[in-house]
Amino acid sequence: MSNSSMGKKVVQWFDYRLPIFTFMHHSLVDYQTPKNLNYWWNFGSLAGIVLVIQIITGIVLAMHYTPHVDHAFDSVESIMRDVNYGWLIRYLHANGGSAFFVVVYIHIFRGLYFGSYKSPREVVWWMGLIILLLMMATAFMGYVLPWGQMSFWAATVITNIFSAIPLVGETITTWLWGGFAVGNPTLNRFFSLHYLLPFVVVGVVFLHLWALHRFGSNNPTGIDTKGPKDTVPFHPYYTIKDLFGLSVFLIVLLAFVFYAPNYLGHPDNYVKANPLVTPAHIVPEWYFLPFYAILRAVPDIWFVEAKLAGVIAMFTSILILFVLPWLDSSPIRSARYRPWYKQIFWFLVIDVIVLGISGAKPPEGVWLILGRVATVYYFIHFLILMPLIGRLEPTKPLPGSIDESVRQESGTQTSETTRKHS
Amino acid sequence: MAKTPAPSATNLAHGGETRRDFLYLATGVVGAVGVAASVWPFIHQMNPSASVLALASTDVDLSRIEEGQSITVLWRGKPVFVRHRTPSEITEAEDADFNSLPDPQSDMERVKRREWLILVGVCTHLGCVPLSHRGDYQGWFCPCHGSHYDTSGRIRKGPAPANLAVPEYVFLDETTVRIG
Ligand code: HEM
Ligand code: FES
Repeated sequence: MSNSSMGKKVVQWFDYRLPIFTFMHHSLVDYQTPKNLNYWWNFGSLAGIVLVIQIITGIVLAMHYTPHVDHAFDSVESIMRDVNYGWLIRYLHANGGSAFFVVVYIHIFRGLYFGSYKSPREVVWWMGLIILLLMMATAFMGYVLPWGQMSFWAATVITNIFSAIPLVGETITTWLWGGFAVGNPTLNRFFSLHYLLPFVVVGVVFLHLWALHRFGSNNPTGIDTKGPKDTVPFHPYYTIKDLFGLSVFLIVLLAFVFYAPNYLGHPDNYVKANPLVTPAHIVPEWYFLPFYAILRAVPDIWFVEAKLAGVIAMFTSILILFVLPWLDSSPIRSARYRPWYKQIFWFLVIDVIVLGISGAKPPEGVWLILGRVATVYYFIHFLILMPLIGRLEPTKPLPGSIDESVRQESGTQTSETTRKHS
Repeated sequence: MAKTPAPSATNLAHGGETRRDFLYLATGVVGAVGVAASVWPFIHQMNPSASVLALASTDVDLSRIEEGQSITVLWRGKPVFVRHRTPSEITEAEDADFNSLPDPQSDMERVKRREWLILVGVCTHLGCVPLSHRGDYQGWFCPCHGSHYDTSGRIRKGPAPANLAVPEYVFLDETTVRIG
């Protein structure tokens, strides 16, 4: 008893001087959260936990890894065979990378469906997109570290993308490589940056949450919270729900780690990098496939050669998301009340999956054509349908409040809401 | 300028320009130059180091390459193709109507001795190593995104924008070539 009140005093003494406990209490315990959040809202906290898993497993891997072209491949093999539990930690890190993208992609599509990118959460959305870009850079550079054939050739193809830039392309690639091809200097700097960027991500996550907590979470109805009847405190309601989601997630992740650890990898990456031989079929990791498809889909356009046009299209496909809040002309956030938008949302999901499949196939025949169609549709969705549909679509009536919508769904109408509806 | 008036008054009197503005500007410029100068070493450190630049040439013994054979050597970390062309490959390369090609170049501009074709083995699309004696023109075929090169290493079909590059090289004697 005296111990715990002693502890309390220490906490109070400290908190008075640096109110970090108050801050944590505000953002994880008291934080008033819409009471109608569904399971799609689990993916934000999941992403945060996966980031922590990546950082912990990564720091451990770095204790045994050697960033040198002559030793990198062997050091990863030694992690797999000699280091105590090395195999477990490496498989957690490799599959954790994939899991991170699954979680974040679901998180992003959640935002698209429920209109979470709209005012006043545009900056939350931007910070999220910056995290996505940083994650992509991190995952790409991480994949180079084991220095297998896929590592080497992915590094070559992706860095060569910059050679498409007119005039300075060559200078930039030489600068990125620190040589005239991907080599030891490249591996070394990729390791340095692969270690650094996740911590930058942690910083941007703070900004993401800071901006989020300014107006609070969006919710499935997309309407603003109007008072205490619409919300519940984060703890214990959502802490317990997030923990439940985490358990389910860990079951899936560990099923991969223990039973199919190389399912998402490529066998060629267990062959040591050879700068003289390109494997017959090089494909990026699955999470880059839709973008890779866009890169390859674009033919020569007027005076812009295919290589540059493809690069521009690929970067635009992500950058376009930054202006989405202004491309979407509808004042209503949630797709629940937007029958037309709901349709094109699912079309977009299918479109991105088609892009992903076509990115995995050799760029010829049907798949090249499908890749082209899907690329064009991707841009039509954002540039034409989003501005247009918001103006034309007949929307459904919004509920008066979150509380009201929850009661309607569960059939427990209060006399108050019944009166309003009669 | 015995008495310095309040800055706002001077602003009005001189159409917004004062000695203080000049000082701001000058300080800003000096600051910017200073920042740029101190950032440069941190950017330039990523360019090829002296030791990378020093490994700049490779000698190849040609006596061991049969007619019709193509070998790959490493030069500055990149593959270089050395191909001993057959008479029919030479004719094909020389007879092609090069003006209609995506990157027009005659075979003569690309070789020093007709039977020896020496190229940087890096696809000009995104940098894969093309495979020799494959593809529609029996020169090289790049498996990554399907570029076809002819027996002069010129791009004929596929996404690559340019011909395979010709590195600098000299024949040291009848059977030795120095690349770089
Ligand atoms: C955003 C978080 C991160 C992501 C998405 C990520 C992703 C990856 C990926 C995809 C690989 C290749 C795995 C393989 O195929 O073997 C990798 C390797 C590696 N990562 Fe990370 N990583 C992250 C954070 C970190 C951190 C913070 C560190 C170090 C502190 C780290 C250290 C390493 C090391 C040493 C390797 C090479 C060993 C290996 O290949 O297993 N990673 N990472
Ligand atoms: S790298 Fe050769 S075709 Fe793309």
